[in-house]
Amino acid sequence: MQEPGLYHILIVSTALFFIGVYGFFTRRNLVTLLMSTELILNSVNLNFVAFNKYLWPGRLDGVFFAIFIIAIAAAEVAVAIAIIINLYRSHKSIDVEKAEEMKY
Amino acid sequence: MTETFVTALIVLIPLLGYILLGLFGRVLKRVAGGIGTMLMVITTGLALFMAYKYFFVLGFSTGEYQAIMPLRFTWLEFSPGMEIEMGLLVDPISAMMLVVVTVVSLMVHVFSLGYMKGEERYATYFAHLSLFTFSMLGLVLSTNIFQIYIFWELVGVSSFLLIGFYYDRPSAVAASKKAFIVTRFADLGFLVGILILSFNAGTLDFATMIQRLTIAESTEFKTAVTSSFIGVSALTWGLALVFVGGAGKSAMFPLHVWLPDAMEGPTPVSALIHAATMVVAGVYLVARLFPIFNSSPPTLEMVTWVGAFSALFAAIVACTQTDIKRVLAYSTMSQIGFMMFALGVARNGGGEGLGFTASMFHLFTHAMFKALLFLCAGAIIHYVHSNDMTDMGGLRKYMPVTHASFLVGCLAISGVPFFSGFFSKEAILLAAYEHNKVIYWVALLTSGLTAFYMFRLYFRVFWNKPYHPHTQAHGEGTWSMMIPLIILSVGAISAGYIPFGEYVSADGKKLEMEFHLAFTLLPVGISLVGILVAMWLYRIENGKPDAMAASLGRFYKAAYRKFYIDEIYLFVTRKMLFNGVGKPAAWIDRNIVDGIMNVSGTVTLWVSERIKGLQSGKVQQYAIYFLAGVVVLVVYFLYLAK
Repeated sequence: MQEPGLYHILIVSTALFFIGVYGFFTRRNLVTLLMSTELILNSVNLNFVAFNKYLWPGRLDGVFFAIFIIAIAAAEVAVAIAIIINLYRSHKSIDVEKAEEMKY
Repeated sequence: MTETFVTALIVLIPLLGYILLGLFGRVLKRVAGGIGTMLMVITTGLALFMAYKYFFVLGFSTGEYQAIMPLRFTWLEFSPGMEIEMGLLVDPISAMMLVVVTVVSLMVHVFSLGYMKGEERYATYFAHLSLFTFSMLGLVLSTNIFQIYIFWELVGVSSFLLIGFYYDRPSAVAASKKAFIVTRFADLGFLVGILILSFNAGTLDFATMIQRLTIAESTEFKTAVTSSFIGVSALTWGLALVFVGGAGKSAMFPLHVWLPDAMEGPTPVSALIHAATMVVAGVYLVARLFPIFNSSPPTLEMVTWVGAFSALFAAIVACTQTDIKRVLAYSTMSQIGFMMFALGVARNGGGEGLGFTASMFHLFTHAMFKALLFLCAGAIIHYVHSNDMTDMGGLRKYMPVTHASFLVGCLAISGVPFFSGFFSKEAILLAAYEHNKVIYWVALLTSGLTAFYMFRLYFRVFWNKPYHPHTQAHGEGTWSMMIPLIILSVGAISAGYIPFGEYVSADGKKLEMEFHLAFTLLPVGISLVGILVAMWLYRIENGKPDAMAASLGRFYKAAYRKFYIDEIYLFVTRKMLFNGVGKPAAWIDRNIVDGIMNVSGTVTLWVSERIKGLQSGKVQQYAIYFLAGVVVLVVYFLYLAK
């Protein structure tokens, strides 16, 4: 059983990132979109932590960034959920394609 | 210290009146006139006190009158050595003007109490009168040429406001615009003149400027005389342009066109602004800068000829007009012409300075009798409800006080002995005689014409045909209208007995004004001939005036149409300037300037029509653009930016 190296982890994070992007583009449910964004953010977190561990083991900068991103993601979720609830109240739906009045 | 306080109050009380009446006029209504007049009484008292104090206590030292500056401070400092001051200057001519302005203004205030009664904008009227008085007092007390320019424009504004007082009459609106535009046009010359003079002198201050530009050894004088433009020295240019400004304000030919039209304003306003005070501002300006004018003989020649020509021109036109206020307006222009050429024939110092004293003397006496004549005209118009002398005649029985006052005014302006105009006009004629014979003969002819047209006015209004009163609703006028007439009549008789040369002269020294009996015979004789001719023609209604007009034919018609000056102005502005400059400029504005704007607008509109679809409102589409942007940047930085 081989120890997982930097590349393995990068492959996972890349996969996670593109799954997130794919979900973001194809889903119509706003909650799913929010989940996809979480995936993208987490893939970045993974990158930070992995680079920190493998390239600069003696330092903690990457970990700090990951913690920051988690905090920001939490805040972002709060805002996004609020928006979704308001959208549901006004449109009786959380379909992203139903809410396209803000155009030219 | 007292004089600082008093002089500042003289200027500030009318300003206070303006603010008070302007802001609270609607509330004060009927009381407004009383308040304005009371403030004016205080101002007049202070001004008389100050003039007395200057002439008899403060001013005279070491054999001549010295200018005093009760107040002086730096108003704007651009850089050290380049600053604009404000202040108050009292010297013989400004002290004299203080008396003229406040006394006439007070009389006009009192007269207006009766004359403007029942007027809807009664309070506004008095507010404007106060603004004018403030500006005029500021003008005469200015310490430097820039300050005088500020107040110069302020009197222009108040004149504009008062001419256009009856703004529901199109003719009044047109007249106020005309007055403002013509004087503004002249003030452009004044401003350029100020710049030239102050640049050459390196100062704006009158005293310093006069000192630097008159002493032949000073470097400023040398540069001002040697530097030239089209063969004329900078000094002459500066003075000539300043004189253009003065000529515009003082209605000298060819900038006089606004004055007759300015008669659209209320008559007391004409008495104050367009007879006694504002229109003599040009004379005052030349007198103020007289030592500098003295060092540039060509400019003085110009002043002389412009003044003499205007005097004669206006007198001829005045003989043919039938609107009584217009006759008086042309008469004013003619008398200001007298003051101008009197300044022009004066030279600095001693007996040569007689013209200067004579000019100021005439300014003083003219203010009295011309304000009197205008106020009488106001009373007549108030009674007859018409400006035209063809509607009048035989009024002497109906308006005895006005009749007597008007007669006094006519005798004074005609130069009949023992009335004020006689003394000042004699002095002017004497100065002209000693300097330039041609000017003397022109002046003599003009004074004969003056006597003729004034008595033509007098006889046609008060004698001629019998008067048929259509309405007998009111009498001659209220007491507030009669009292100023009586006071000014006294002034018009007695002002001439002031030994003016003692107080006002070109160099501040006392000037003995001689009186030659032999010399006075000819002018007085000519005036009497003018009066008798007028009497013969107009005392009783007859066909002689019409026959005479017919025999003069084309000349009479030209004079009646004011020698077509208005038409020439209209031709130049409407035909030449509108078609030659205005219309091409409008075309460029409409087609090229607007065209560029329209093209850029159209292009923007077209492009945005095409690309507005990008903002679709679909969140996921925006995410795609975002991702595409990121991909492009990544590709660029990874592979292309090496």
